[in-house]
Amino acid sequence: MTLIFEQSAPARRAALQAPAADAAAVTDISAALLRTTAPLLPEVSELQVVRHYTRLSQKNFSIDTHFYPLGSCTMKYNPRACNTLASLPGFLRRHPHAPEQFSQGFLACMHELQEMLKEVTGMQAVSLTPMAGSQGEFSGVAMIRAYHTARGDHARDEILVPDAAHGTNPATAVMCGYKAREIPTNAEGDVDIDALRAAVGPHTAGLMLTNPSTLGVFERRIKEIAGIVHEAGGLLYYDGANLNAILGKVRPGDMGFDVIHLNLHKTFSTPHGGGGPGAGPVGVGEKLQPFLPVPMVGAANGRYHWITEKDRPQTIGRLSAFAGNAGILMRAYIYARMLGREGMHRVAEYATLNANYMAARMKERGFELAFPQRRATHEFIVTMRRESKSLHVSAMDFAKRLLDYGFHAPTTYFPMLVPECLLIEPTETEDKGTLDAFIDALCQIRAEAEATPDKVTGAPYTMPVRRLDDVRAAREPDLAWKPSSGAR
Amino acid sequence: MPFIPHTESETAAMLEAIGIGGIEALFDEIPPGLRAPDSTAIPPGLNEMATARLLAERADANGAPLCFIGAGAYEHHIPAAVWEIAARGEFYTAYTPYQAEASQGTLQLLYEYQTMMTGLTALDVSNASLYDGASALAEAVLMAVRANRSARSKRVLIPRTVHPDYRRVVQTIVSNQGIIIETLDFDPRSGAIDPAALPANPGDFAALVVPQPNFFGVLEEVDALCDWAHSHGALVIALTNPMSLALLKPPGAWGAEGADIACGEGQPLGVPLASGGPYFGFMCSKSEHVRQMPGRIIGRTVDLDGKPGFALTLQAREQHIRRSKATSNICTNQGLLVTAATIYMSLLGAEGLRRVASASHANTRQLRDTLCAIKGVTPLFARPFFHEVVLQLDADVDAVLARMADGGILGGYSLKREYPELGESLLVCATETKTPDDLRRYAETCARALGRG
Repeated sequence: MTLIFEQSAPARRAALQAPAADAAAVTDISAALLRTTAPLLPEVSELQVVRHYTRLSQKNFSIDTHFYPLGSCTMKYNPRACNTLASLPGFLRRHPHAPEQFSQGFLACMHELQEMLKEVTGMQAVSLTPMAGSQGEFSGVAMIRAYHTARGDHARDEILVPDAAHGTNPATAVMCGYKAREIPTNAEGDVDIDALRAAVGPHTAGLMLTNPSTLGVFERRIKEIAGIVHEAGGLLYYDGANLNAILGKVRPGDMGFDVIHLNLHKTFSTPHGGGGPGAGPVGVGEKLQPFLPVPMVGAANGRYHWITEKDRPQTIGRLSAFAGNAGILMRAYIYARMLGREGMHRVAEYATLNANYMAARMKERGFELAFPQRRATHEFIVTMRRESKSLHVSAMDFAKRLLDYGFHAPTTYFPMLVPECLLIEPTETEDKGTLDAFIDALCQIRAEAEATPDKVTGAPYTMPVRRLDDVRAAREPDLAWKPSSGAR
Repeated sequence: MPFIPHTESETAAMLEAIGIGGIEALFDEIPPGLRAPDSTAIPPGLNEMATARLLAERADANGAPLCFIGAGAYEHHIPAAVWEIAARGEFYTAYTPYQAEASQGTLQLLYEYQTMMTGLTALDVSNASLYDGASALAEAVLMAVRANRSARSKRVLIPRTVHPDYRRVVQTIVSNQGIIIETLDFDPRSGAIDPAALPANPGDFAALVVPQPNFFGVLEEVDALCDWAHSHGALVIALTNPMSLALLKPPGAWGAEGADIACGEGQPLGVPLASGGPYFGFMCSKSEHVRQMPGRIIGRTVDLDGKPGFALTLQAREQHIRRSKATSNICTNQGLLVTAATIYMSLLGAEGLRRVASASHANTRQLRDTLCAIKGVTPLFARPFFHEVVLQLDADVDAVLARMADGGILGGYSLKREYPELGESLLVCATETKTPDDLRRYAETCARALGRG
């Protein structure tokens, strides 16, 4: 499809969308500070813009249009009411520096969200300000560092991370000035306790753990793990990526975690927006309370106010110019109010039911589960190593062919511990018929792979493009259009 | 059940397929002692109608004041088409385009966005966004330290004319990596860095941050600052408002060699004020630094049939590939906001953006002139400004702002807490959304609040 720039014609404008030219004379800024040539932007009509971007949108798979069982991403239905109500003019026009007298409605929502998140996670205090999971992780590890430093304990220079963890975990440890040390996983999918015992010591700042883990199983010996880390003087960090599996059933605070982050764009159904925004609030137990990032929202005598550096002198500081992704927090708040306490229990129940149902049916139909002896959580792993070996059709080929069948692919090749894997997370909002249709499609693709493997390895065929040349993209980076580069 | 489609008979069939008697059995691997108590602190669920009523009350409780605060978040007209399209489910409910073939819409849009940002900044490459302007500056600082291999130093100079909260965020994010942030003071007469006052022998440093416009709205002498940093072997990070670039010299054209990295807050490009987020941070750089850039980058390539298409590229920089050796721990970005900004920039074009920027500048100038006709109100800085200006009062600025707020006007951002040396000063902003009548209302309310009505 042509680029918006290629539809451009000199002096064409969406005339209604900018002030008249008579206000435009700038006479009091010297020429040395002004630009001499106009920036390269398209010159197009309003209809051209509307049609172009509407048509581009139609080239996307999305939750609203397709089953999207992307493991570890919790692609559940995003209720439309959350967007509509968070977009009420009273919320959209509020300036972040508006005084508290013009902020009570917004602050009330934020305070209630803090309280609800405290309750479902079993933590003592929550700060909503981290703008994504990676910022939540960063705040968590930075608080661990601040805690050790405040106690004069400067020897701790290592964060332990299971080898099944998300890549953000080790990257975060490094951003906080720590070394990341990997702990192996045993054949059952649990953390190798002996390896953990051997790894901890006076150099251990903490352990970052996802539970259920990225392998789609619940870490059964979590209390023991917590004991080992705490005994060594380290703290326990909970990566909330998989909270959807246990919402209302188990609380990280009760498992012994000192600090957690939540991905509201997963568990609390805020939109993924083509790659963000997210929101990654952090919750802490008693020990880390003084270090929480600011601002937070406090309440006194029925009025709400900001909690800032003044009130929290030991805070790790600020992570955003204002108070994080407020509009996303609003959507999560609205979702939580609609679910209510009984709805929250059901999230984990039906997310887990859907995953276990799919796992059982797929096993029955001859697919190989990575951990057949374990109960699946809200997601599970299928390995295509047999198909890959005997048919020379890889997990990626299955993923690409699924697109032709109208399903977004599951997560592929993550976690890296399982060869040729598909990580499948159906979420609680999908109905049985959709799950059955997805499994039927996988069976049909396997039949194709047996009969005509080229058909699968060449997929997809029905998308706007076929498989793309990633090597060329990286070797000869074409990262911005230039008028001279024209059409290719 | 809210958002759960299962009928009783379906649930029964599913449990049977699993071979268990009830849903509870699904949680049998969780040690019994760990099961959560009933969360009575969470209120019962509301249906959509009741939720809508509650949220309407909350929205109304924020009031509808006339707002002249800027300080990093700016009210601009947003064409209806921007969010009508950005909120389409195909954009709103998609995720990171890992499956490129099923994500060409988002990918092409991001490529167009990257092109637009390189156009505005006159730099070679752009990423697909970061979280917000402040965290983008922190990432730019980290990137500059990585990219400047000739400097042995991890010192980065940041003027006090950078937004105070941006400086705090930088401190939070970079402080654990051994990076030393040093502040540069400004000239109290001009409200900008005086290039003549910069040290001749500043020692080794990795980068200088140059805000344009700066936090006071004042325009810095960017050419001289850029050349000074380069002459000492440092990189230049431009921190800029993208709207201002419709008028101002772009970072890529600063001084003899141009700034090396440009970053800032993308909110003015079609994103509502909305209590400070979600917004998006942008980042552009010279092509030689692209492999040190954090965040997603989209490239144009070809498919198996030689047809052009778009994909995530240069992923060897990122955490999901490099883990502990990544350029950043950043994973998601602010894709939805970039979607809105791309549509906004397409609708406005270069001429439309220039008119919005010029009208905002003209309105702020008009507001300054009107207010300075009131006894006790004087402009503080002599240098030119973009669309914000600092005014000094002969009365307690916080008390005046509080009285104006009671009159339904948010009169600006008090500088007293962050810059006590500036006395009773406030930062005001009047974008293109303000009418002559709005400006008149401001002036009357301000005069009354000063006791001169």
